[in-house]
Order: sequence, then structure tokens, then C-alpha cells
Amino acid sequence: MVDKQKQNELTQRDHEYWAANLRLITGILIIWATVSYGFGLLLRPYLMGISIGGADLGFWFAQQGAIFTFLSLIFFYGYKMNKLDKEYGLED
Amino acid sequence: MSQFAINLIFVAGSFLIYTKIAIWARAKTTREFYIAGGEVKPVFNGMATAADWLSAASFISVAGLISVGYVNSAFIMGWTGGYVLLATLLAPYLRRFGKYTVPDFVGSRYDSRAARLVAVVMLIVISLTYVIGQMTGAGVAFARFLEVSSTMGLVISAVIVFFYAVLGGMKGVTYTQVAQYIVLILAFTIPAIYLSLQMTGNFFPQSGFVGNHVNSGTPLLHKLNEVVRELGFRDYTADVSNKWNMFLFTLTLMVGTAGLPHVIIRFFTVPKVADARWSAGWALVFIALFYTTAPPLAAMARLNLVETIYPQGTEAESVAYENLPDWFRTWEQTGLLKFEDKNNDGRIQFYNDQNAEFNDTVAAERGWEGNELTVNNDILVLALPEIANMPKWIIGLIAAGGIASALSTASGLLLAISSAVSHDLIKNTLFPNISDKKEMLAARISMVGAILIATWLGINPPGFAAQTVALAFGMAASSIFPVLLMGIFFKRINATGAVAGMVAGAGFTLTYIFSYLGWFFIPGTNTFPNSPEFWILGISPLSVGCIGAFINFTVAIGVSYATSEPSAELQRMVQRVRYP
Repeated sequence: MVDKQKQNELTQRDHEYWAANLRLITGILIIWATVSYGFGLLLRPYLMGISIGGADLGFWFAQQGAIFTFLSLIFFYGYKMNKLDKEYGLED
Repeated sequence: MSQFAINLIFVAGSFLIYTKIAIWARAKTTREFYIAGGEVKPVFNGMATAADWLSAASFISVAGLISVGYVNSAFIMGWTGGYVLLATLLAPYLRRFGKYTVPDFVGSRYDSRAARLVAVVMLIVISLTYVIGQMTGAGVAFARFLEVSSTMGLVISAVIVFFYAVLGGMKGVTYTQVAQYIVLILAFTIPAIYLSLQMTGNFFPQSGFVGNHVNSGTPLLHKLNEVVRELGFRDYTADVSNKWNMFLFTLTLMVGTAGLPHVIIRFFTVPKVADARWSAGWALVFIALFYTTAPPLAAMARLNLVETIYPQGTEAESVAYENLPDWFRTWEQTGLLKFEDKNNDGRIQFYNDQNAEFNDTVAAERGWEGNELTVNNDILVLALPEIANMPKWIIGLIAAGGIASALSTASGLLLAISSAVSHDLIKNTLFPNISDKKEMLAARISMVGAILIATWLGINPPGFAAQTVALAFGMAASSIFPVLLMGIFFKRINATGAVAGMVAGAGFTLTYIFSYLGWFFIPGTNTFPNSPEFWILGISPLSVGCIGAFINFTVAIGVSYATSEPSAELQRMVQRVRYP
């Protein structure tokens, strides 16, 4: 439960919590962009030499690998945020 | 048993399940009607979201679309990557805010009736465009498999949706979507597994995709590249030249996905903030099951088709028309396959006759006088069971799956439309004093209205119905996504900024789309021809939504800083949303 005090004024800990969340989101979105726009798209010509069973790495990321990465990212975020919520006593 | 009887059993059986759920999941309060009481478990919400997401067009057309080659990977990344944005940037905070609809969040966060109404208009344009395709999709699926007219099929579908959506609202829609997801994913993956076993010996299509082709012992994708090259096509995995446009298109699909109201409202239905994060993960699990299966299915089905036409290999004679199996003639009647014997040799020559070099060499040597087979890409999924000799019950399953995918997406969209009308227009704008009971009645009547309009538009589709990708994703990316994101992450954005941003973003996007695809999609009214050399900076009208989003952000921030800060009360509200 959020008490009245917390609703009106942010404490140092609140700022820390939000900053930690923003850092986590930034990291996740960097990986998100790297596997899809990077490996799957713009960097594909440079990765042609690496192949996964008949597909070049970029092609495989564009059609399979990006999705697997997205999945891990979302569950990683959920796991990290649950931990963070607990640490800061913010579970609802 | 005849194929018709089997299809009927599968479709009728699935309808019986939906009706049972409808009777069980009646909504008693507006909270149940709008957000299923806020009691949906994350796994179920994930399944319902996946069913919401996987539309008739995805089910029938995505594999065919991908089989064109690497360039359409944009759809695969675009329609899955948006869930990372939802999970990290929108879903948990919107759930924390605890509202019923997307315009409801916009209206409360910016404390502005104008912002709410603009959001309602955007939502209705987006969802209505989207729903027409679902209604026609259901009609087409019926017509293909159950020998009724597509209008009749559409009306039957509307009646079924009517049952669970009007009675149960979000509650009825959610639990039927769970059932519909199970039907559609089985219908999509079983034929894919079957084909993967046949062609690569792998149970999982995902590993067959990078495995070896059984008949030749070479990797599947190498074999596919080889045979399409021998027929004058570009390599299956060939890279594209316009990466810039592919990049923008993928980004528009991702941002647009995260801004689609019928997807967002699903996250209002879970009990807690943490559940909103988990259910985004579960949603992507169930969506990934579909979208990681589609590329292997596309590659294998394309190779399978070539092998059917050239049973002795592409260097040898192609198949004689009279030796083709029955399914070929069945699908010829639907117009999805067309054969024209241009050189009168009784055989089917299937190759790329747009390739001048190939025409002058190989085709000329072999006495080919043009490509003789026209294949509609939808055939890859629809006719697959027959092409690959699968048992009859799989065709019945595909019939039920195609209809399930159309109904589940249609009902999610209809709910988004009707709750915006009853909650945002009727309750929050026109008659703020009506009781919960009256609002519930209004919600049901809005749902009936939405179904009637969608049915009518499905039977008489307007020109814009075919523009779901351009219109729905372009608008969602350029209007809804930015206004929600800024509502959570930028306290300084005020109502004037939000409205100006939405109008500028969506206005720019629509203007660009109309300039190339025709004003209000009326054929012949386009200002510029829709081909790459006329696109500004090489941006196709389908890819412009993310530029519209950028304009929305810029205008909203500029206008907000030029005008007064939001009230202290509003800023505190934004702060609260950030903590579970």
C-alpha cells in the first residue's frame, strides 16, 4: 500500500527505484534494437560469413533469433522488476 | 466421411465451446464488462492477447507473405518486437493507473476532454479499419470450407460474436479467446510439424528450418535457394537493397503494435502491476509459437510447391497437367491457382518470366513461352494439407482455426470500439451522471451497434478495408503510442501539447499515406504515383508511421514547453503511476 506521504513527495529511495527501472529499460531496448535492427537488418551484410544450418546469421536473427531474444528480454525484465519491487517494498 | 462433414464437425464443435463459455462468462458489472473484473490470470491473459493479435490475415496470409523472401522479415520482427515496448514502456504503468479504456487514460492523465475525444476518434478509425478485414476473413473461411456464401458465413460469425461479446463483454471475450487461441495454434502448428517431418525429418519446424532437406541431404535453405535460382527467381535468402525503408517499416510495425488499443486494453484485465509484465511475456510466448513457426512453414511450403511442379528436379521436365492430383483442380476453381498452357506442351512451366536474362537463356533453350502457373500466396496455408497429403481431419482443424483467428481478433476490436463509445463518449462526456447499471446497458447497446456496423462493412467493404497495415499501424504508431508514452515518462507534457502532438503526428501520417494511395483511398486521386522513385527519401507510405510518431513527440514537447506546466496534482498522478 502506498501511504499518503509517499503519494505527495518522492523520497530518495523512490528516485533510486525509478532510476534503476530506467537503466534496466535502456539496457533492454539496446539489446532489443541490436538483435532486430542490428543483426537482422543493418548489420546483416557483415555477418554473412557466420551461418546457422544453411541460414546466414542475419537471416536467422530476422526470422527466428530476434523473437527468442525478445522473449528472454521480457521475462528478464519481469524478473528484475519483481526483485526491485521487493527490495523497495513496492509490491502491490 | 466426406471432407465437408469433417469440416462441419470441427467448426460446429468449436462454436459449441464458444457458446458454452458465453453462457458461463456473463458480465454483471461494468468492471466485468470492460476489464473482466480485473481478475484474469497472466497466462490466460497472454493466450487471450495472442488470439487478439493473431488475426485472420496472419493465420491465412503470413506464411505466404514471408515466402516471398527476406524483405518480409519486417513483418516477423515488427509484429513480435512491439511486445518488448509494451512490457517495458506501457503495460505495467497503464495497469497501475487502473482505467478501463485507452482514451480513459489519455483523458485522465492530461485532464482534458479534447485529448480524450481525439483519442476516441483515433481508436475508432484504427479499430474499425482493422475489424472489417476480420469480418470478411471469417466470411471467406466459411465459404472455403463449408460451402456457404461468404455473406452467410459472415452473418453466422457475427451471431456467434454477438452471443459472447454482448453477454459477457471483456469477460466473455477473454475466455473465448483462450479457447480460440488453442484451436488456432493447433491448426497452424500441426500441419507445419507434419511438413517439417516430411521434408527435414525434424519434429520442430524451427529446427527443420536450419536442418537438412531429406531428399538431397543439403541444408533446407541452400536447397531452396538453389531451386528458386534455377527457375530464374532471386535467392530465397537474398539481401535487399532498400534497408532504410525496411528499417522504418519494421519500426512502424513495432511502435504501431504497442499503440493498438485492442491489445493495450488486455493489460487492464490482470490483478496486479507485476501481472501486467508477466502477461506481456506470456503473450509473446504464445505469439512466438506462431511467428517462429511461420518462417519454416513458408520456406518448406515454397520448396514443396516447386517439388510438386518439378517432381524430377528443376533441370528435368515439369509435371504434366493431367498427372496432377485432384487438389490442384479444386483450388483452380477458387482462382487461387491459375494454369495457362502458353506453349501447349501439356506441362506446367513455373518460373520467373520477369527475369530477362533467364528468358533469353534457359527459358528459350527449353522452349518455355512464359510462366504458366499463377499462385496466390494464401494457398501455402490453405492448400497445404492437400499438397502434402495430410489426413482429412487436419483440413477440418484448419477450417476451425481460420475462423477462430478471425472471430477472436474481431471480438477484441469490437470491445475496444464499444467500450470507448459507452465509457468515454456516453459516460464521461455526454451523460456523466448515469448509474453503473445504465452504463452497462449503454455498453451492451454500443456492442450491438459495433457488431452491426462491422457486419455491414464486412459485407460491403469500403476501399480503405484493404489498408489495415497502412492505416491501423500508421495511426497507432503516430498518435496513440506517443501520447501514452509521454503520459508516463514526461511529466511536463500538458493537454495542449498532447492534442497538438496527436493531431500533427496522425495528420502528417495520413497526408503522406493519402498522397500515394489516394485521398481517402479513392482510386486515382493520389497526388504522386506509389512507386519507390517517387517516395520522399525512399520512405514507402506503409513505413511512414514511425516518422509520424517522431513528429508527434517533437510537436508535443515543443508546445508543452511553450505553454504552462500541468497542475501539481496531475504531476503527482504521473508520479504515482511509476510505482506499483
